[in-house]
Amino acid sequence: MPSVKMTQHLYRFFPILENRTITVPASSVAEILVAVNEIAPGFTDYVLDEQGALRRHVNLSINDAIVIDKKTLSDHVPEDGTVYIFQALSGG
Amino acid sequence: MSNMILLGTRKGTVIFDRIDSNWQPRPIMHAGIPVCYATRDPRDGTLWASLDHGHWGPKLSRSHDDGVTWEDVMSVKYPKDARYIVKYMPSPDFNPESPTAQPEYANATVYKIWNIAFGNAHQPGRLYAGTIPGGLFVSDDGGNTWELNRPLWNHHSRGGDLFAGDATTENRWYGTPASIDYGVFEPGIHSIIVDPRDSNHLLVAVSSAGVIETRDGGLTWHGRNRGMLNDYMPNPEAEWGHDPHFVTSCPGQPDYLWQQNHCGVFYSDDGAESWKKVSLPDVGVHFGFPIAADASDGLTAWVVPARADSERMTIDGGLFVARTTDGGRSWQTFRKGLPQDSAYDIVLRHGLDVAGDCLCFGSTTGNLYLSEDRGETWQCLGNNFPPIYSVRLG
Repeated sequence: MPSVKMTQHLYRFFPILENRTITVPASSVAEILVAVNEIAPGFTDYVLDEQGALRRHVNLSINDAIVIDKKTLSDHVPEDGTVYIFQALSGG
Repeated sequence: MSNMILLGTRKGTVIFDRIDSNWQPRPIMHAGIPVCYATRDPRDGTLWASLDHGHWGPKLSRSHDDGVTWEDVMSVKYPKDARYIVKYMPSPDFNPESPTAQPEYANATVYKIWNIAFGNAHQPGRLYAGTIPGGLFVSDDGGNTWELNRPLWNHHSRGGDLFAGDATTENRWYGTPASIDYGVFEPGIHSIIVDPRDSNHLLVAVSSAGVIETRDGGLTWHGRNRGMLNDYMPNPEAEWGHDPHFVTSCPGQPDYLWQQNHCGVFYSDDGAESWKKVSLPDVGVHFGFPIAADASDGLTAWVVPARADSERMTIDGGLFVARTTDGGRSWQTFRKGLPQDSAYDIVLRHGLDVAGDCLCFGSTTGNLYLSEDRGETWQCLGNNFPPIYSVRLG
């Protein structure tokens, strides 16, 4: 199953996600976020806007490749892939 | 008497408590997170903060235990099919009266929850939230769920019902510079006034559109901008395109309204049927952001003037508060206790509040001042706060 890693900033709002290996049965980025949201309700509201698009200052990658579809998050995630969720740095 | 001061700051929520006649700050809450507005519901004591996460989107945070613990309220969201007509920063040849060639549409998302207001006592769960891009949200369950007010969103002054199809009218709502941080130039609702006599009667103020009113609980809305003068428009008396910075009313005489506008201070004594410019530039009263109305006397209000829209700072390096007690015909300025040399503070639209004889304001320079004699003398409550976005007495 794909695994999910994220910036520790998100642990502040979702401590349930800290200190655990997150693996979810999913094959697209959208499915993965839904699965994480089931573990940590409200999680997708931090990463996606209400139209389901990736928030402007959030980045998502599959392994080391930034996701292409930021509107519907349809990018395929391989079975052994890792999805990384991190901030798009925009100045101090 | 007020016993609490709530600050929304660049680095979190700061609460002061009045303890034995002294004001004591608590450790910062929402540490590190920008808070654009913090307030207390006078009906049940619930504390509210509007978080302006840079990365994670705007969120409302609520405390039912006087600030000991806070919880996210994450349901201020536009419906899936909510759209708006995109506005862009004015170009040098911008003519706001000239129709654009073809409207461009965008799906609506909440950029900022700019203001929170409360229903009257007999509507205990009723809350309002104003957003960029120009949405009024209503809750009837204490903030657990929110619904967009569609008649205002679909108003003819902003293109008509875009849920039903493309624009049927011209969009006359313009952007606010407060939206530029989000990479857009869209309008925002920053003032929401609930008539204490009639819960179906609301006034909201939009930057940059003007004041708009409903008398039927939000089913229909009508512009209330007669008498407004907009210096930067080809037609200063145009119905739309005004830039109220903040609008408030006298709770005891709700037909008396005050507006600190981009183009001066305006006053209405007829429930916003008409406005009258009451700036007095000779004493420095013209440009600024906040305005506060007395609780019972409709003729009395306070402003914290700034130099000009092109120079958003104090006038000649001295910070002062001005008060009128005659409906804006004259203004008295008060400087005692405020810095009069090398001060360049600007006080934003939600940065001044009044409760009884007590006034408090905070600046983006991080200075906080309190008066307990109706603005005549001031004491400093601190000089090293983060930039202060809102001050509310609770």
